[in-house]
Amino acid sequence: MKKIGEMKIVSQKEIAKNIFQLILQGKLVSEIERPGQFVHMKVGEGIDPLLRRPISICEIDRENQIMTCIYRTEGKGTTWLSKKQQGEYINVLGPLGNGFPVQMKSGKVALLIGGGIGVPPLYELSKQLRNRDIQVIHVLGFQTKSAVFLTKEFQRLGVTYIVTDDGSYGEKGFVTDVLKKQNFDFDRLYACGPTPMLKALEQKFPEKEVYLSLEERMSCGIGACFACIRPTKDREDKKGYRKICSDGPVFQAGEVIL
Amino acid sequence: MNRFSVSLPGLQLKNPIMPASGCFGFGREFAEFYDLSILGAIMIKATTVEPRYGNPTPRVAETPGGMLNAIGLQNPGLKKVMEEELPWLSQFDVPIIANIAGSTVEDYVSVAKEISEAPNVHALELNISCPNVKHGGIAFGTVPDVAKEVTKRVKNVSRVPVYVKLSPNVTDIRLMAKAVEDGGADGITMINTLTGLRLDMKTGKPILANITGGLSGPAIKPIAIRMVYEVSQTVNIPIIGMGGISSAEDALEFIYAGASAVAVGTANLIDPFICPKIITDLEQLLEKLNIDHISDVCGRSWKHGISGYHCP
Ligand SMILES: Cc1cc2nc3c(=O)[nH]c(=O)nc-3n(C[C@H](O)[C@H](O)[C@H](O)COP(=O)(O)OP(=O)(O)OC[C@H]3O[C@@H](n4cnc5c(N)ncnc54)[C@H](O)[C@@H]3O)c2cc1C
Ligand SMILES: Cc1cc2nc3c(=O)[nH]c(=O)nc-3n(C[C@H](O)[C@H](O)[C@H](O)COP(=O)(O)O)c2cc1C
Ligand code: FES
Repeated sequence: MKKIGEMKIVSQKEIAKNIFQLILQGKLVSEIERPGQFVHMKVGEGIDPLLRRPISICEIDRENQIMTCIYRTEGKGTTWLSKKQQGEYINVLGPLGNGFPVQMKSGKVALLIGGGIGVPPLYELSKQLRNRDIQVIHVLGFQTKSAVFLTKEFQRLGVTYIVTDDGSYGEKGFVTDVLKKQNFDFDRLYACGPTPMLKALEQKFPEKEVYLSLEERMSCGIGACFACIRPTKDREDKKGYRKICSDGPVFQAGEVIL
Repeated sequence: MNRFSVSLPGLQLKNPIMPASGCFGFGREFAEFYDLSILGAIMIKATTVEPRYGNPTPRVAETPGGMLNAIGLQNPGLKKVMEEELPWLSQFDVPIIANIAGSTVEDYVSVAKEISEAPNVHALELNISCPNVKHGGIAFGTVPDVAKEVTKRVKNVSRVPVYVKLSPNVTDIRLMAKAVEDGGADGITMINTLTGLRLDMKTGKPILANITGGLSGPAIKPIAIRMVYEVSQTVNIPIIGMGGISSAEDALEFIYAGASAVAVGTANLIDPFICPKIITDLEQLLEKLNIDHISDVCGRSWKHGISGYHCP
């Protein structure tokens, strides 16, 4: 069930250039059902910024009611967030959205592909897949060396390929270059990252089971305002659209137009 | 004592607080958070004859203390609203105000005729003021004669009282108010959003795919208050006021300006519990200010000899 409440900052630190890891504690954690769900954070004290900010859940520790988010400072809201310190509270609405499906037979292979700030939600996903004895392969793309994060953690869970746009860390190139070179054999693909990357993956694997996590500008985050709509690919679809916040943010490739 | 109940054409309100159209969907998402029966009323999302997909995304852009939206009246269409949404809402003890929209006068008439038959629809709200649709909408809301005509035609077919929602995107809103009163409107709701534009710093292009959008939220409150103040002194039909309300103090300010009840829009998108919160806080605020009944202070800003007067 969705909840709204104050979550206590357990810690916050800059883990790469302009990339912050925020660890929060609160009752809301018990409500999280799947990796890939997100929360809507109130940023700022008054009416500016007005709207909440959607941030993915990166890791959960149910027992201690703790969750981790990783975010990049972009504008007013995330910059405000990055100044908050241990012991302070953040007003959080969540968990929101449906997240990644994790049901899968043990022994199968999952390919997880993340681009930039799309990487964090894949971490909890990978952990949960591993718990189900599913083999995971990670391909992570970053802009440049200073923007790389979480690689050791991913490496602990499975084989991990890293690329940067400028070659300053790992191989030079895009995640799709790794796919071309390695020609992985896998049963299911999960991806989160910039839309051009998601589009390329959708086109490359039309026959595969592919799950993509999308982004859109939101206001309510709960499905009430119709801000975050994508049209369905299927023109005969009864509704003809999906809401990214409440029907998504994860969709099977082919469900909505990217 | 109930300081709160307000009686308006077609509407017996337990309290003067209701969610505004488009910021509450058809209530389903908010029913996960609280019992919708505690609300004074619910203004549902604009309904058109046929389903509408609305505008491309991005559909929202933030502004200081406000937001621009260009949803484009996305809704499932009259049939689905009649068969699914309104019956679902009937489990709650709360009057529904059906917000209706269209591209032609005939559209408004068709929706009004049918939707006013629904047992839980106690009033209509004619959305003649949506700035985000290419045809109609705003034209109905900015030309007095056209507004009067559509009001009259809808009044002829509606089985429930008709409120007309005014656009602030006009030179003198009093002329519009007068026109819809002449057309037979039972009440006025105001204000809808103000047309605005935001540009992206990197590209220099509009953030919204629709280019312009409607400004709502705390940023528009002083404009809405001024307009309610003007209109309430011009017409003899009641006003449901809205525009930037996010606290009990904001709500009371609208009542002082001349509104009989108020609607809360954008604030629902930030705090799903805002309506119940305002209802609780308003009761305490009235107590603190020694106001016996909310209607006693309606129009206090401009009325001489305040006690005992009730708004229309
Ligand atoms: C489902 C979802 C999950 C996300 N998860 C993460 C995450 O785990 N880590 C992370 O760093 N970022 C994530 N984002 C992106 C993040 O929401 C934006 O970077 C953030 O809202 C920017 O806010 P700001 O005030 O710093 O920027 P500003 O540019 O000042 O924001 C202005 C407005 O635009 C909106 N906006 C700007 N960029 C985006 C964007 N990319 N997506 C949606 N809305 C945007 C803001 O919410 C705000 O309403 C996610 C977005 C979505 C939709
Ligand atoms: C996302 C969004 C959607 C809206 N949709 C409608 C609508 O369908 N019909 C309508 O009459 N007004 C619509 N409005 C206008 C609101 O009902 C209200 O008049 C306006 O936002 C001012 O109030 P506020 O500042 O409290 O939001 C919408 C506003 C927003 C923010
Ligand atoms: S953000 Fe409101 S419907 Fe998705």
